[in-house]
Amino acid sequence: MTFDYEKYIRPGKLPHIWCPGCGHGIVMKGLIRAIDKCGLQKNRTAIVSGIGCASRLPGYVDFNTVHTAHGRAAAFATGMKMADPDMTVICTGGDGDGVAIGGNHFIHACRRNIDLTYVIMNNHIYGMTGGQFSPCTPTDAFASTTPYGNPDPIFDISKLAIGAGATFVARTTAYHATQIDKLITEGIKHKGMAVIEVLDCCPTSYGRRNKFRSVVEMMKQHKDIAVPVTAAAKMSEEQLAGKILTGVLHKENKPEYCEQYAKLINKVQNPTSK
Amino acid sequence: MGTPRIEIIEKYCKGCNICVEFCPKHVLKMDGFVAKVDKPEACIQCMQCELRCPDFAIKVYPA
Repeated sequence: MTFDYEKYIRPGKLPHIWCPGCGHGIVMKGLIRAIDKCGLQKNRTAIVSGIGCASRLPGYVDFNTVHTAHGRAAAFATGMKMADPDMTVICTGGDGDGVAIGGNHFIHACRRNIDLTYVIMNNHIYGMTGGQFSPCTPTDAFASTTPYGNPDPIFDISKLAIGAGATFVARTTAYHATQIDKLITEGIKHKGMAVIEVLDCCPTSYGRRNKFRSVVEMMKQHKDIAVPVTAAAKMSEEQLAGKILTGVLHKENKPEYCEQYAKLINKVQNPTSK
Repeated sequence: MGTPRIEIIEKYCKGCNICVEFCPKHVLKMDGFVAKVDKPEACIQCMQCELRCPDFAIKVYPA
């Protein structure tokens, strides 16, 4: 069916600023479809972002949106969620914004298990500022600041989120377009911190420096290395070398932070009642 | 199944070639830096182009 994206986009904002082939547009479409599927009200939904290419997303969508300081999306979103726990708060951002500059805010939002949905578009690079390497740039890959190859090991965002205590962690790629909205829908419905990592493609800053001839080649590479987590359970370690797992990687139920906080307030205000 | 109407908003299209490459029936082609509908009668309404276009530039109205 033809999907009416215009319903959720601010009039006159398109075409967006992202480069030709940038996967952020695909993720934005997935996010819009997920919000539509969940039937969220525009006035009861907030989308928060930091700084960067991916963080331009809230400017285009017609919800309550905040474009905050670099890496501080999770911090602002935590405050908004605490002030109005019934509001659906979604964070968007890139890998550099989310886990490098805002790494501390990100891990503590995960630790608290506050009811946010964090969509991280991992394009392996700082695209907007000129292609500097980020913690998610693969080892030996080229960036403007690693002209001889990147010596650093890669940061696994999903594992970081699981380790920090997020209760819903999923991963997909920009190639798997229908899976994006499926996982974001599941994340929005989950009570607690939901992290959805989307492996994205940056043809301008990452692709050109790493000998990808086109964005289609980058997307097909994601298709080749992605293994659904259910299929991976039956595969050996050698078969899984160089692959990435996609799907819901972690899901558990733990007390949510706003509820725990409300309970504390109740306990302090009414010391006699239970 | 009739021929669907494929609308390409030229103002939004940046010519990334994703729709052309992922169309299983080669309905679309590039005309300079803008996608064009080449063989609308071959379209099977799989919606891949609409789903994947990062620029919100393609709409497929099923017949």
